[in-house]
Amino acid sequence: MPTTRQRLLRGIGPFLGLLAVIVLFSLPAETRPYFLTFHNFKIILTQTVIVAIGALGMTIIIVSGGIDLSVGSSIAFTSVIGALLIQHGWTAAAVVLATIAAGGVIGLVNGAAIAGLRVTPFIITLGTLGVARGSAKWLADNQTVNYDASPINRWMMTANPFGYALPAGVWVAIVLAVATAVLLRRTVFGRHVFALGSNEATARLCGVPTTRLKVLIYAVAGGFFGLAGLFQLSRLRQGDPTVAVGLELDIIAAVIIGGASLNGGVGGVLGSMIGALIMAVLRNGSQQMGWPTYFQEIIIGLVIIAAVFLDRLRRGRSD
Amino acid sequence: MSGLRLVGIRKSFGATRALANVSLAVAPGEVHALIGENGAGKSTLMKILSGAHRPDAGAMELDGAPYAPEGPHDARRKGVTMIYQELNLALHLSAQENILLGLESARWGWIDGGASRARARAALAQLGYGDLPLERPAGVFAVAEQQIIEIARALLGRPRVLILDEPTSSLTQADAEKLFTVVRRLREQGVSVIYISHFLEECRRVADRFTVLKDGETVADGPMAGTGLDAIVTLMTGREVSELYPRVAARAGAPVLQVRGAAGGSRLREASLELRAGEILGLAGLIGAGRTDLVRTIFALDELAAGEVCVVGSTSRGANPRRRWEEGLGFLSENRKEEGLMLSQPIADNVTLTKMPAFSRFGLVSGARQRAASRRWIEALAIKCRDAGQPVGHLSGGNQQKVALARLLEHPARIFLLDEPTRGIDVGSKAQIYRIIGELAAAGKAVLIVSSYLPELLGLCDRIGVMCRGRLAAVRPRGEWTEEEIMRRATGGS
Repeated sequence: MPTTRQRLLRGIGPFLGLLAVIVLFSLPAETRPYFLTFHNFKIILTQTVIVAIGALGMTIIIVSGGIDLSVGSSIAFTSVIGALLIQHGWTAAAVVLATIAAGGVIGLVNGAAIAGLRVTPFIITLGTLGVARGSAKWLADNQTVNYDASPINRWMMTANPFGYALPAGVWVAIVLAVATAVLLRRTVFGRHVFALGSNEATARLCGVPTTRLKVLIYAVAGGFFGLAGLFQLSRLRQGDPTVAVGLELDIIAAVIIGGASLNGGVGGVLGSMIGALIMAVLRNGSQQMGWPTYFQEIIIGLVIIAAVFLDRLRRGRSD
Repeated sequence: MSGLRLVGIRKSFGATRALANVSLAVAPGEVHALIGENGAGKSTLMKILSGAHRPDAGAMELDGAPYAPEGPHDARRKGVTMIYQELNLALHLSAQENILLGLESARWGWIDGGASRARARAALAQLGYGDLPLERPAGVFAVAEQQIIEIARALLGRPRVLILDEPTSSLTQADAEKLFTVVRRLREQGVSVIYISHFLEECRRVADRFTVLKDGETVADGPMAGTGLDAIVTLMTGREVSELYPRVAARAGAPVLQVRGAAGGSRLREASLELRAGEILGLAGLIGAGRTDLVRTIFALDELAAGEVCVVGSTSRGANPRRRWEEGLGFLSENRKEEGLMLSQPIADNVTLTKMPAFSRFGLVSGARQRAASRRWIEALAIKCRDAGQPVGHLSGGNQQKVALARLLEHPARIFLLDEPTRGIDVGSKAQIYRIIGELAAAGKAVLIVSSYLPELLGLCDRIGVMCRGRLAAVRPRGEWTEEEIMRRATGGS
């Protein structure tokens, strides 16, 4: 049985990880003058937004015992949709709603196929990964979709190096994280997600509408991925159908580093957000150290393994 | 002195004393029943025997030499092999590959097909299963045959002591009989068999001697012949058997559930029954007779293929588990680990899962109220746990089952469908569950119980129905049944 101290340790484990990487990059002479500045943290936070919003949706899915591999493609697809709609003169508000809806529809299709065809999420979303990516390229005529100007372009800007205002994207991610944490922890929907992930047979036996719930989970998560696509568009200021290839793996990694289990039933928003931050800090710090990108990839790969291993050690000891 | 001898074994885990003073002596060619409630120390003792733990104190001897296994592999090498309740087979590999796993006949890494076949065949023949098809994957065999495959694998190591842990818990009566034959064959070959089972009748039939453990101590041992089961139960529990089923028959009220010509699931062919308020109706039968399919079909977990299930007073059309809960039915699964409980989730969530919305206000679920509701049942059912936030997986089997039952009580259900409510739990917890069921009936609830344990059905139920090959034959008052009569009907006699 875990004591209070052990439970506290489990809760703050990811925090300690984040603190460790921050301290690590604050020490070397190369990064010391710049790394610990407010402006740099603004950049790190902004660089985290897309993965963080994606990780919110992915947390719900992974806690429910599922997985979604189509996230990167969904982000590319919805950002192309957004760019095309801006081209057609839609207002920013309408574009926001449309990209979220587009992501939601992809999720809805995923969820309906998973629940209806009873095929594992891995296979279904592996399929939609291809479908969404291909559709994005088709819609974009296999090139980037450019437009003149849009207020959306400002939502991910960190231009003013001395300003203390965070970009809109960061605020959106923070507000959504709080909302998702409440959704997952405190609502009937959220508790049913945990039940589904912990033991689907029990959920069914207890009258949880598992089929409907699955469709809803993937649709809601799809909405998050659509929003991530919108911020991808805001960052690039163009719709690029080849963007975010492999991003689903970063997002899944963030959720797993945050303490979620791929077997379902375990996980949380706070952990996933810290997981996303750990990866962003690693990227940012490695760049400032002048390490080549392949080195960053190696480090992030090792961090994922180390995080899950440490988590298992903690759990193994307390059980 | 040949055979296995244990004297004064002690073992503690931190402050918890698991074994205080255990002695055990098993002669070669003897079948020895190890009996005790859950938590009496059987598992710890078996782990010490099979090398997973080391005793803190005490002496172990095997055939006159000191026996101190370094680990499970070493124990096996020294001649002590354990067959666990949950079988350890590679389901995709063939029967032969499973039997020879780790002991393949090979030359330069190439498997010698002929020699392998011969050895696997010989081991199976020793058990009387020489004609088992060796090439078929282990996964397609029935559980009983899988068990034989595992015992055959153990035989390749030429064991002197074979430990069988709850070997019949998932076997049909007929397969259990065959297993008894296998155990007797092993005895004739001079193997010592330690036989662990909750089914005391079974122990009496198969064992020569017994040892009873209680609270980590050996409280009794002796020859099986001439010792009454009631005496053994009293030794195990410190309680008289007559106290187990304290219930007085209640008066049955109005019908609450009617099943007419129901068929469904994979096994249920035809069943009709009427369940009344305040009565306990038992369903007996062999495993695979369709009893579980019947209760699952009633609860709409399996689809109703023909006939009808009518919940009196409900007007709703169509059926699914959600609607059944709304109509006041509650279902306790026979398989609490796979289906009944969310092991990784807190007790509170497990108890309240059927009625989450009732604990929420403005869309937010109140964890405090969930825990408060659960605490009431933790107290009422004497569930041993740290608090209502503890994951159910940390509890013992008996306490897990009480959590699963608490869900029905909290809901609250008025028609209880209980599938093997006391499977795999200790006698103390059983007695508590019997008491709860008795109280439910006295309070006017209707209870339908599936059980493979006949004394329990005869001790608890007002009426008993026997199922055979998917059909429910006569449902009669308890007084008209005997164990023999039930078995005769269950095995197809009329």
